[in-house]
Amino acid sequence: MTTKPEALLQVEDLKMHFPIYKGLFRKQVGAVHAVDGISFEVHKGETLGLVGESGCGKSTTGRAILQLHRPNSGKVNFDGKNLVELKGEELRLMRRKMQMIFQDPYASLNPRMTVGEIIGEPLVVHGIAKGAEVQDRVAQLLELVRLNPSFASRYPHEFSGGQRQRIGIARAVALQPPFIVCDEPISALDVSIQSQVINLLQELQEQFGLTYLFIAHDLSMVRHISDRVAVMYLGVMMELADSDALYTNPLHPYTQALLSAVPIPDPILESKRKRILLEGDVPSPVNPPSGCRFRTRCPIAEKVCAEERPEFRELKPGHFVACHFAERFV
Amino acid sequence: MPDFLLDIKGLETQFKTPDGTVHAVNGVSFGLKESETLAVVGESGCGKSVTMLSVMGLVPSPPGKVTAGEALFFGRDLLKMSAEELRHVRGAQISMVFQDPMTSLNPVLTVGKQLEEPLMLHVGMSRTQARDRVAELLAMVGIPNPKDRLDDYPHQFSGGMRQRVMIAMGLSCSPQILIADEPTTALDVTIQAQIVELVKRLRDEIGMAIIWITHDLGIVAGLAQRVVVMYGGFVVEEAPVNELYANPTHPYTLGLLGSIPRLDQKEGKKLTSIEGLPPVLYEKPTACPFAPRCKWAMERCWKENPMLETVGTEHRVACWVDTKTGRAR
Repeated sequence: MTTKPEALLQVEDLKMHFPIYKGLFRKQVGAVHAVDGISFEVHKGETLGLVGESGCGKSTTGRAILQLHRPNSGKVNFDGKNLVELKGEELRLMRRKMQMIFQDPYASLNPRMTVGEIIGEPLVVHGIAKGAEVQDRVAQLLELVRLNPSFASRYPHEFSGGQRQRIGIARAVALQPPFIVCDEPISALDVSIQSQVINLLQELQEQFGLTYLFIAHDLSMVRHISDRVAVMYLGVMMELADSDALYTNPLHPYTQALLSAVPIPDPILESKRKRILLEGDVPSPVNPPSGCRFRTRCPIAEKVCAEERPEFRELKPGHFVACHFAERFV
Repeated sequence: MPDFLLDIKGLETQFKTPDGTVHAVNGVSFGLKESETLAVVGESGCGKSVTMLSVMGLVPSPPGKVTAGEALFFGRDLLKMSAEELRHVRGAQISMVFQDPMTSLNPVLTVGKQLEEPLMLHVGMSRTQARDRVAELLAMVGIPNPKDRLDDYPHQFSGGMRQRVMIAMGLSCSPQILIADEPTTALDVTIQAQIVELVKRLRDEIGMAIIWITHDLGIVAGLAQRVVVMYGGFVVEEAPVNELYANPTHPYTLGLLGSIPRLDQKEGKKLTSIEGLPPVLYEKPTACPFAPRCKWAMERCWKENPMLETVGTEHRVACWVDTKTGRAR
């Protein structure tokens, strides 16, 4: 890379804690540290993959960026404005520029609205089209996601999971936003349908120059679709690098373990692979470990890991890692 | 023809629904050899789970009904057994581990109680004997401090730990066959790796045969010796694992392998997708069920359903087209 890529979105020290209340007076007794101080940039036109296991805070990150959860602290700079500070009408206007595709195509479409109403709603709400114009746009959008325009008068229950996800995608691109958060858009779909949806997302990206934050737990799919990949664990960022660099030379022990756990559909290769098996489970985000979050399961943890939280540093150009001993793996 | 430990022949299962009869399994035949790991692969609705549930007599009836076929286990047909006889086989000689460990464990009984039950029922142990054995089993599947966990309830275990408990339960009576129905689908990838390694280790120690039902061709590659691919209630391809991945022959198998990205391959290559949707079969298909989604489909495919034919060593395919040449076989 010769020129520094332009950042569409900058996240600085984002924190999202969910309070836990207990007792008669609903006193706050603690908090789920879902996202605990993460910083990264999303470059214009790229797909940034965000991976991690369940409960690592990847979906919360996506929602906190779009202000669907209001973060406790930190900054989300998008289009010259800090979204965290915006309220009311100002925020509503910004929403036009950032949309979301949800994981569950069964829960994210209102069963009492027709497909036409669902896809047309953002156009109406934001005053972009009215009356017959809306129907024309809806028909165009349905064609764009390879659905029959006549489907506009049908209801979501008449469609399969893959078709519903296309409807969700049509709704997300209706306002032609530059930025879309895709929150596990394919994990509820069958294997042969997943690739249909992924191919559609890639085509739309080429056509409209979209920028995606692609949240997923399927590491193979993330490698396939992403330009850069960020790995999260227990609310913090562990590693962030170009997709190729991350997959060929992971510098964080967690990324290494994660990658080695992914099965490869090749029996000969599989029989030769060595797995790094992690012990135990992910600790609770209510009371995360001191220092490095990963130290309780880390094969190379030492005393310093419990004492100091490793800095998220740029070890190689464009390759960020939060580990005291990452140099060993360069 | 090798002797099969479990030999399923011409199995058909149907479900009566308000919209009509769904033909979920339409004449499935395959065998399981002794101490072999067989993977049954397919997408949701292909009949892979229903096949195994039918064999175990676990299809809810009504609405479900096994309408034809046999499943021979030591020369006895499981499908013709009385409920009482089947109960002695189930859990003792053939056991099953299900996908979702939360819904398959009883939330109001302690884990210890639930694991003691099969031991007392099938092996005839006393409660105290069973309790000791349960602690051993939990240790074997890698649960720390097993003795202290006996009186815990399922909700006190994490997803991965619960699946270990299920596996311990499945193995408690040393069965000849363990049927695992998508046991890792609900789990994270690092936990999935733990469970797969655990099952491999136990398989080598105990020497039981495994039927692993999954949609994940990645897991299959590292675990199974032989693979059965199902589509629309039929077996469409069957082969030893190395042969299947080196020489996938059925258009559906080819499509599946093409539609999954590989971790060890650079991004950029477009995934080949299988257009269209898997079928819901309200009638027993008379043509190839995959024809509507198949890019090789010929006239014959729309008229006759192909039978499994041998194309290589232990490699059988149900397709009218030779996908290597694109011409009729």
